Amino acid sequence: MTKKKSFLDIVSENRFIHILLSILLGFLVGAVFLSVMGLSVGAAYGRLITSVTTRKGFSYVIVYSVPYIVAGLSVAFSFKTGVFNIGAEGQFVVGSMAAACVGILAGNLPKPILIPLCFIAAMAAGAIWGIIVGFLKTRWGINEVLSMIMFNWIAFYLSNFIAGIPAIHSDGTAEATKNISPNASMLFSKDFIKSAGLCPTANWGILVAIAMTVLVWFVIEKTTLGYELKAVGSNKFAAEYGGINVNRSILTALAISGALAGLAGALQLMGMGNRISVFSSQEGFGFAGIVVALIGCSNPFGVLIAGIFYGALMFGGSKLNLVGAPTQLINVIVGTVVFFIAISVIFENLKNLKPRANRNTEAAANKKTAEQKEGSKS
Amino acid sequence: MAKQYVDMNTPVIEMRNIVKRFGDFVANDGINLTVHKGEIHAILGENGAGKSTLMNQLYGLLKPTSGDILVNGKKIVMNTPRDAIDAGIGMVHQHFMLIQPFTVTENIVLGTEPTRGVQLDMATARKNVVEISERYGLSIDPDAKIEDISVGMQQRVEILKALYRGADILILDEPTSSLTPQEITELIAIMHNLVKDGKSIIIITHKLKEIKESADFCTIIRMGKYIDTVDVEKVDENDLAAMMVGRKVTFKVDKPEQTPGDVVLDVKDLHCLDYRGIEIVKGLNLQVRRGEIVGIAGIDGNGQTELVEVITGLRKGTKGQVLVNGTDVFNKSPAFGFQHGVSSIPADRQKHGLVLDFSIEDNLILQNYEKQPYSKSNVLQREPISSHARDSIEKYDIRPSGSEKRPAGTLSGGNQQKVIIAREVQNDKDLLIAVNPTRGLDVGAIEYVHKYIVDQRNKGKAVLLVSFELDEIMSLSDIIDVIFDGKIVASIPGKEANENDLGLMMAGGGKKA
Repeated sequence: MTKKKSFLDIVSENRFIHILLSILLGFLVGAVFLSVMGLSVGAAYGRLITSVTTRKGFSYVIVYSVPYIVAGLSVAFSFKTGVFNIGAEGQFVVGSMAAACVGILAGNLPKPILIPLCFIAAMAAGAIWGIIVGFLKTRWGINEVLSMIMFNWIAFYLSNFIAGIPAIHSDGTAEATKNISPNASMLFSKDFIKSAGLCPTANWGILVAIAMTVLVWFVIEKTTLGYELKAVGSNKFAAEYGGINVNRSILTALAISGALAGLAGALQLMGMGNRISVFSSQEGFGFAGIVVALIGCSNPFGVLIAGIFYGALMFGGSKLNLVGAPTQLINVIVGTVVFFIAISVIFENLKNLKPRANRNTEAAANKKTAEQKEGSKS
Repeated sequence: MAKQYVDMNTPVIEMRNIVKRFGDFVANDGINLTVHKGEIHAILGENGAGKSTLMNQLYGLLKPTSGDILVNGKKIVMNTPRDAIDAGIGMVHQHFMLIQPFTVTENIVLGTEPTRGVQLDMATARKNVVEISERYGLSIDPDAKIEDISVGMQQRVEILKALYRGADILILDEPTSSLTPQEITELIAIMHNLVKDGKSIIIITHKLKEIKESADFCTIIRMGKYIDTVDVEKVDENDLAAMMVGRKVTFKVDKPEQTPGDVVLDVKDLHCLDYRGIEIVKGLNLQVRRGEIVGIAGIDGNGQTELVEVITGLRKGTKGQVLVNGTDVFNKSPAFGFQHGVSSIPADRQKHGLVLDFSIEDNLILQNYEKQPYSKSNVLQREPISSHARDSIEKYDIRPSGSEKRPAGTLSGGNQQKVIIAREVQNDKDLLIAVNPTRGLDVGAIEYVHKYIVDQRNKGKAVLLVSFELDEIMSLSDIIDVIFDGKIVASIPGKEANENDLGLMMAGGGKKA
């Protein structure tokens, strides 16, 4: 075998190396762009690194990463259970708006009641958004990807509509909702932030994100629910044959995924947003969740790390204009990373060069099966 | 047939001293194979002996660690199946490589579609497909979608696909495993027509009878090692079996006499539709009692698949009753049937029987994951799950041992089937339905499967056996029910059955009972 081919083998077989390589390539392509524009690669990447490695900078990174982690968990959960939740965007938006409504209208409730109430409202809203799509799929067989994309837009305009209702709309001139009650805010106290040298929006959302990471991992790996959902996601025929209610599982998976995306929306609002603007375009937290899930290999702990990485890129990227580099550079890097991760499919196809048949009858691509099958004999 | 078309002076395939390693594991250890023009050459070996590995190297799916492959006397390095196809080699895989939502025609012409300008010329494609299917006597519906047709039909499509590509050397991997006896006879006739045309055929199989009926030469492989190449005329089935397994094999199933007990399964006036919405089960009546095996003999497409789907709750019927110990499970969920005593070994083990991505231990608890001790308060208990799997692997001889954490998809077909049998038998339900339980298995594995099925009967369970293997039906069944056109047309004691009468009744003729 040639050297190049064995390298291909390694990359396509080891997911972790593949992802590191994709990230590296992303930065490499970013460097090419910088050079073409006549900017210093060292200055730009140096700035990126220095801006996220200070104590204050890193606290920003963590604050930024919270909604990405939880949205990433939402998408990763859907991947594991065989539905592709491209609707995390819409679920994020309705979740965030539900939390805002509770945070504004019930603002007099004490913190220990109001905050959980906001979470519950957000998760319920996200779950309902997911269930509607699931219902359309299981009842009438409507493709969930299409309906999710449409539901993203319904969420978008619904959010803008609610933001315009007098009881919710800002009293000032801003095209946004009122600020949520201080009792719904998750910010650390001003004194603590000052003494610890953190960013002004430092909050304890990251603890929720970590708790959710562990919870999602536990549900997927350790519970009968996770078993059921994974069985349906991986072979719904066998699952049905084994007595699992397939439609109910799909609905459950979408509800949980939607609830996570909704929670991500609440965390963003209650941690840093404080209010919801009237959107002119989709904010893309849910879509970022797809990227984070991909980089994190749909593994909850991978998603946690990927979410922080993504947060670092977003925060660090916003500082790039200080050295004259365009902030859009980050989008180039992220786009390239996703491209190279997605290309793993191409790697596999390059190796097999066979029409991909139904996975149940064909047991993945032939070569792999043959190797594993023969390799498993003794 | 007596090598009448074999041209011994023209070798078309020579594989010399082929070695294939996967890490430490040697799958092929110095195998030699020579196939001549006009020859039907059988490769015989147990599941996992290395037959498929050898053929995958000939077809460019795997590269030999060492050794040479010569096609028509020229040394060829196969990097991809494309190279093999260009060299005139066609392969029909055991597990079909078909695109489910495409039609039969679309699948057959895939990759070599006729075009008109930049447009796909489906009319010509369809015409070509009909022509070729008529030429080789393999009738198919060119417009049916793969996902809607039976396993037997899918097999035909695969064979046609290779023929369509004009291969001179055909590799058939277990080609008859899902065909009815009549279809097998037809296939053998087709194979003879092909070699008459100067084509060569390599057939991977472990069905000794078919080797005797069709092949000129047979190469035997055991645990990756080359054993021998024999002239089929000069050996009998027992010799072949012994060479393959390395020990003497008994073909007879020991079945003590016993008197059947109460009725467990009582199907009354059952009606249901097939995928096209046409009635396929038409007022069927059937009974299975405790301690007996009722075998359903019939040609694929006469309603037996749908019958089983209705009993197991996967398909809704239009009318009738399915009583299991007196409870009507008609048009209820699979879970309901399971709770009331139905367990089954499904026809398509990879589609319905297993979640291939799941580990063996997880597959073994597919119906029981919610029960103690496998879970407590909805949390899976790994230790009981694993130890249950280790016990099952040991008891049901699932190989390799110590594989409870490995995905089921990495096992060979025979061992996948053992996982399903281990699960269903241990579920210990009153009714066991087995559909083609030995499809694609070698004689060693078949012995095990038959033993477990008969054990269930001896333990007083009711067993409904649906199989396209007449031999299997005849050797296992206490009662043989012949299904034709959606009805049971005859019910005869297993001991009194003979192949000719059954064949006739399966085709709609003969005596009625």
